[in-house]
Amino acid sequence: MANYPADWRYSEEHEWVQVVASEGADEQDVAVIGITDFAQAELGDVVFVELPELGESFSANDEIGTIESVKAVGEIYTPVSGEVVEINSSLEDKPEQVNEDPHGDGWLLRLKMSDADELGSLMEAAAYEEFVGSEE
Amino acid sequence: MATARALERTPLHECHAALGARLVEFAGWAMPVQYSSGIEEHLVVRRAAGLFDVSHMGEIVVSGAGASAWLEWLTPSRLSSLRPGEARYTALLTTDGTYIDDLLVYRFEHHYWLVVNAANTQAVLAWLQQQLVAGVEVRDASREIALVALQGPGAEEILRSLQLDVSRLAPFAFVEAELCGSDVTVSRTGYTGEDGFEIYLAWESAARVWNGLLDGGANAGLAPCGLGARDTLRLEAALALYGHEIDRSVTPFESRLGWTVDLKGADFVGREVLLALRERGFGSRLIGLELGGRRIARQGAPVFAGDAEVGSVTSGSWSPSLEKPIALARVSHRHSAAGGALEVGVRNRREAARVVRLPFYKRRGEEAASEGGATA
Repeated sequence: MANYPADWRYSEEHEWVQVVASEGADEQDVAVIGITDFAQAELGDVVFVELPELGESFSANDEIGTIESVKAVGEIYTPVSGEVVEINSSLEDKPEQVNEDPHGDGWLLRLKMSDADELGSLMEAAAYEEFVGSEE
Repeated sequence: MATARALERTPLHECHAALGARLVEFAGWAMPVQYSSGIEEHLVVRRAAGLFDVSHMGEIVVSGAGASAWLEWLTPSRLSSLRPGEARYTALLTTDGTYIDDLLVYRFEHHYWLVVNAANTQAVLAWLQQQLVAGVEVRDASREIALVALQGPGAEEILRSLQLDVSRLAPFAFVEAELCGSDVTVSRTGYTGEDGFEIYLAWESAARVWNGLLDGGANAGLAPCGLGARDTLRLEAALALYGHEIDRSVTPFESRLGWTVDLKGADFVGREVLLALRERGFGSRLIGLELGGRRIARQGAPVFAGDAEVGSVTSGSWSPSLEKPIALARVSHRHSAAGGALEVGVRNRREAARVVRLPFYKRRGEEAASEGGATA
């Protein structure tokens, strides 16, 4: 059912990472981060998303925010290290986008990655689908 | 979900699977928490009608020549005024006046049903066995009697379209009837704050009636609803849930349920303690809070008045009707007045909270705020 893009990476905490190549040659790549379709279904109706401030820097696996649903609250952990360069401010008024389009309009934030090697420790789509298959 | 442990299944398990329900463990049962979205299902019940499988609830049959007097002794309500065809929301209390369970008592011509919480069925049966007297028989019928709840302003019309006229059924009255070719017992009760019905029927009839209702109600907007919506609906209606607003540490007086207690009538288990409590007053009250912001204060969240911790949240969630976080909280008496400004600690932050009158949501034309519903 869920469609996990093959060229993205996935964490055991159920975040996805899409790498967007930066335009400047000396610039670090940017990671778009969201939660997976599996995670949004587990949470149920999202009513509030708390995201970090622009310019904040985090290390991989740091807690960077929370997602509040009707039935539970979940922490957001960044799968990669870096600096926050953009947050999805439309979630403030429409947090339900996380449920409706978790891999699209429901994205959470963009980080300028400080260590692209970290991507290697994340799962590829097939491995992630197997991983959530065992949790279901 | 934990499939490793064998969970009990309701007779509608296959129906839920076919509808794509998300199942969770609840009191040892595999129960549908939602079919589509809990918020959508909540709003369907407020606008049209929803159908819930609550077959996990316990049904206990009490019969025998001594049944009436015995139940009068075991509950704080004046059950002697209950006539055949009437149900009442009441309590089973310990000798300390605290909750073993809340329940609905149905009076039939020659016997009673006690409808109790799934999580408490065994504890209630043990309590009843312990209190048993000659001339009374107690039988657990929980695995024979299924229960579906049809709730919402469209509920009566949906039953009428299926040739069941319940237009003259008063709140908390019930009738034995036929629905979708099966024998059912239908009461005008519920746990959502809406008009609606609870339909008891044989385990093996459940799927036929469930599917018949969904088909027959489709044009009226009827949708299957899960425990997620059930919880937010009952919270908006400020109906107590065992393990949250009530448990073995609190009495009805501290739970906005003093109206179920009749201290003037016959003696009952817990009466002495409740009488004394009434005399000297009780320290805490259950109140409603509306929170600023969008963070949800959940059970156990501390409530503050200035620097002083004055109580804690018993249930908190998002209110789909009010589109803001709401909570029930038990706080000290002097901070319980409506309109008061308090704060709630939510994950190391303080959120502003306003004390509001209960229930949070009241359906149009609703007569009494104290009108109770079925148990959880």
